[in-house]
Amino acid sequence: MSTTKLELEILRYDPEKDREPHFETYAVACQDDWMVLDAINHVKDHMDTTLSYRWSCHMAVCGSCGMMIDGQPKLACKAPVSDYAGQKVRVEPLANFPIERDLVVVMDDFMDKLKRVKPYIIRKDEKSIEEGEYKQSPAELKKYKQFTLCINCLCCYAACPQYALIPEFIGPAALTMAHRYNQDSRDQGLAERQDEVATPEGVWDCSFAGECSEVCPKHVDPAGALQQLKIATTVQWYKGLIGMGGK
Amino acid sequence: MAYVRPVSKTSWYLARRSYTVHMLQELTSIFVGIFALILLWGLSAVAAGPEAYQQFLESLTGPGMVLLLWVTTVVMFYHAVAWFSVTPKAMPIQRGEEFVPGSVIAGAHYVVWIVLSVLVLLLAGVF
Repeated sequence: MSTTKLELEILRYDPEKDREPHFETYAVACQDDWMVLDAINHVKDHMDTTLSYRWSCHMAVCGSCGMMIDGQPKLACKAPVSDYAGQKVRVEPLANFPIERDLVVVMDDFMDKLKRVKPYIIRKDEKSIEEGEYKQSPAELKKYKQFTLCINCLCCYAACPQYALIPEFIGPAALTMAHRYNQDSRDQGLAERQDEVATPEGVWDCSFAGECSEVCPKHVDPAGALQQLKIATTVQWYKGLIGMGGK
Repeated sequence: MAYVRPVSKTSWYLARRSYTVHMLQELTSIFVGIFALILLWGLSAVAAGPEAYQQFLESLTGPGMVLLLWVTTVVMFYHAVAWFSVTPKAMPIQRGEEFVPGSVIAGAHYVVWIVLSVLVLLLAGVF
């Protein structure tokens, strides 16, 4: 198999030694069918064992290897080295998140926000097991299925200019999850999610730059979800105003 | 301790071309505001009587005003096209298990735009 020369400039940061991050360069002879993640694994296995980064499945399912590749938020396991053949490639941790170490970011802020939007089915009237399951038609499933494809890779947060400027913004992936459950015919939690979602830090901090959808490796379209959520929460607000609270 | 990378509050929109385009789209709203103010000015002139309305029409004919109106028209056209093109994201329509194609939703906006424009021009006696 032929090889591609890749010069990886990887941002390094050791919180115990460094005051600020710096780049280190690694020349890697990559096989043509490698992804950038393979090149990083090569660095770790053969050149510098101290390099820290997250990865797991190598098939764009786990969402662990989100990082900035040449300034773009991408899954390293889905970025072919052939796209960067003969070039210097900058690899940095996801933008807009604090750097824990090397390519590892602190995700606590996102985890907290995800919890706040209650990303699970909320029922006001629980059925007993004897009464059977909550049925859903294929059309009802289709309504929100696209939004279930999110793998929490956080590429959308790294691309979002609003999250960069306003860290309180709940952000694309978490709000998309709120919309996903609001759209689920089995869910009755829309009103409960309003307190988090229909706020300045919720949907109204989104300026619809649309970059979240551009970079999403699973084509979830968070930008679309957030605009739909703006309309839904506004309708809900007016319903509340005239005493028709709804779901 | 985790390292927080600084973000420029004044030049962030130059970091990516898409951010710059986004900010340009946002700035078009200033021209939408200008047009709305001119419209309100015109309406108040109509309410004030034929003389005031004539004066309003005359104030629109100065070279500076003509230039402003042309720029506003072009920018508002861009504003409308930019927003119409993203309407399928904000207002998807589901029929059964399928979603109506985005081109139909965006296209419907153009049709309404044209119909309303023709109606307004009809009312204004242009045809």
